[in-house]
Amino acid sequence: MSMTQQAAPAVDTPPAPEPKETDGRTSQRSLALRLLARPEVGVFLGAVAVYIFFLISAPPVRDGSSMANILYQSSTLGIVTIPVALLMIGGEFDLSAGVGVITSALTASMISYQLTMNVWIGVLVALIVSLAVGFLNGWLVVKTGLPSFLITLGMFLTLQGVNLAVTKLVTGNVATDDISDMDGFAQAQNIFASSFDIGGVQVKITVFYWLVFAALATWVLLRTKYGNWIFAVGGNKDSARAVGVPVAFTKISLFMLVGVGAWFVGMHQLFSFNTVQSGEGVGIELIYISAAVIGGCLLTGGAGSAIGPVFGAFMFGLVQQGIVYAGWNPDWFKAFLGVMLLGAVLINQWVRRTATRR
Amino acid sequence: MDRSSRFHSRGVAPVVALAAAAALTLAGCSSSSGGKKSEEGEAGASAGKATTPRMTVALVTHQSPGDTFWDIVRKGAEAAAAKDNIKLIYSADPNAGNQANLVQNAIDQKVDGIAITLAKPDALKGVVAKAKSANIPVVGLNSGVSDWQKLGLMEFFGQDETVAGEALGKRLNESGAKNAVCVIQEQGNIGLTQRCDGVKKTFSGKLQTLFVDGKDMPSVKSTITAKLSQDKSIDYVVTLGAPFALTAVQSLSDAGSKAKVATFDLNKDLTSAIEQGTIQFAVDQQPYLQGYLAIDSLWLYKNNGNYSGGGEQPVLTGPAFVDKSNVDAVAKFAAKGTR
Repeated sequence: MSMTQQAAPAVDTPPAPEPKETDGRTSQRSLALRLLARPEVGVFLGAVAVYIFFLISAPPVRDGSSMANILYQSSTLGIVTIPVALLMIGGEFDLSAGVGVITSALTASMISYQLTMNVWIGVLVALIVSLAVGFLNGWLVVKTGLPSFLITLGMFLTLQGVNLAVTKLVTGNVATDDISDMDGFAQAQNIFASSFDIGGVQVKITVFYWLVFAALATWVLLRTKYGNWIFAVGGNKDSARAVGVPVAFTKISLFMLVGVGAWFVGMHQLFSFNTVQSGEGVGIELIYISAAVIGGCLLTGGAGSAIGPVFGAFMFGLVQQGIVYAGWNPDWFKAFLGVMLLGAVLINQWVRRTATRR
Repeated sequence: MDRSSRFHSRGVAPVVALAAAAALTLAGCSSSSGGKKSEEGEAGASAGKATTPRMTVALVTHQSPGDTFWDIVRKGAEAAAAKDNIKLIYSADPNAGNQANLVQNAIDQKVDGIAITLAKPDALKGVVAKAKSANIPVVGLNSGVSDWQKLGLMEFFGQDETVAGEALGKRLNESGAKNAVCVIQEQGNIGLTQRCDGVKKTFSGKLQTLFVDGKDMPSVKSTITAKLSQDKSIDYVVTLGAPFALTAVQSLSDAGSKAKVATFDLNKDLTSAIEQGTIQFAVDQQPYLQGYLAIDSLWLYKNNGNYSGGGEQPVLTGPAFVDKSNVDAVAKFAAKGTR
């Protein structure tokens, strides 16, 4: 993206000769190869390949409204995937994000309903709860030095139980009450769960937020000091600390950002479906993490982007819905999903290897 | 260490401040409509209390956490336990092996009776035999209508899922449907598959199945939307749980489809959707009744030696149809979360 200044000399290089570059440094490689070496380009090509595949095998995918539907599915995953990816670049990951979405939605719904408050109060309290969960995750990881796998697995199980037990205790049921007739609902629905018309196609507002958040995260990663800190703490915590990066602050704030993402999608779910079932959200955390990994974020931290995970989430939405658009035998659904994702990751990896060889 | 604890106090302060600010503004932000205040405080079904000696009964199901359906079963069981002076021990695990362990746990506690669901009968065969040799009566509910006798259960309360599906299929024929889709929210669940198979048996039109991820509602919505655009001739969507029916209604409007929605199982939001006509009808297997009868039957057996169905026939709790013509009678119970 930011490398156009070196494009001119590179264009002269023939595309695929067997060159005698003994010293294969970046300055000598073509723009195309350098682009291919970027993590988000590999996944972009993978997504394009899968998209073309579905364009051919599933005629409805060619419609604008189908694309809007695929993008909607991708955006509800993608909005959480972005902070999850940043956290992963920062060297940690979060297994509690999926149920965290539901925790947030349940909190907002129950606070508003049980206290008969304007729903915005519930929305605000839910944000505080989500930030607190993120803070606790981060604080425990920093304080104990235990792997975030263990800490957030504990949080995942805790939230799963709390979601159920508290909902049952407060509402007497395992789902929340309908809040769609309460003050502020329509307004909140406009913000979190409306759709707008683009050329006759109804596009969900979450798609818009998803792209804005991705752009914002990209800017933060590449252009701010905080972005440097994220790469630094994910690359090598100790040397980052040695050069004055506030490691604890960076990690804890990243966990809190995941909380914000979970809150946002939680609010979307609440204002789009009016009630929330307390058992939802289990297993979705793995989709966030996979989308980030497919998008080029290393499980070990220190490398990745915010754009790659956008394509990662898009790939999930595309495959999940594409199989339905193609009208394939649904017994094979999960198997299709797995094989296509594996295929996409392999293409992605192959592209990057080819590009970074020499 | 020093750094993080300093951060700790810095991080907590704004959170506390925000919470305090939120608390202060609460007073001025009450909702003028809806909410808890509009809800009437009604007590559940109550029929006094038996004076028979206290007994202990275990109810062990294959419920997965946070499912509205199972919550209703449990409420029925609790109501019967309260009436019969029974201490009810409820436990559940969707994994069959774990469910068997929970039954073993109940046997070890020397309970006076056990009620179980047989979603995976083979896995429970062993513990049922152990309960029998420990002279603990075992009854079945909900799942396992074709297996309870083979396993030697005393009686069974539930719905034959295939029969329920068949009933729904006939109803679809009456409505003139030609191309229906059966939406399964949990891949590999036998009961759900049997429902769709039952529909297929009697429905004279075309029936397709569609799998959705029941743990992710936006995904459920997108997938049903996708199916409706893939096959525009679909004129009926059949869901197997109330929350999914309500989501299917949104998918219809997203896909611009004119299809109708019918479902298995009820909850309180679903009854209002039937009142408004956005959902046509629901097949109700009366989960409250299943929980209630299973527990009550163990009390009857202990105190009077009765057993329903005489050990030969199951006691069917469904299929009962709820549609616009009778929804009013059901809605007030559904509002309490018991129908």
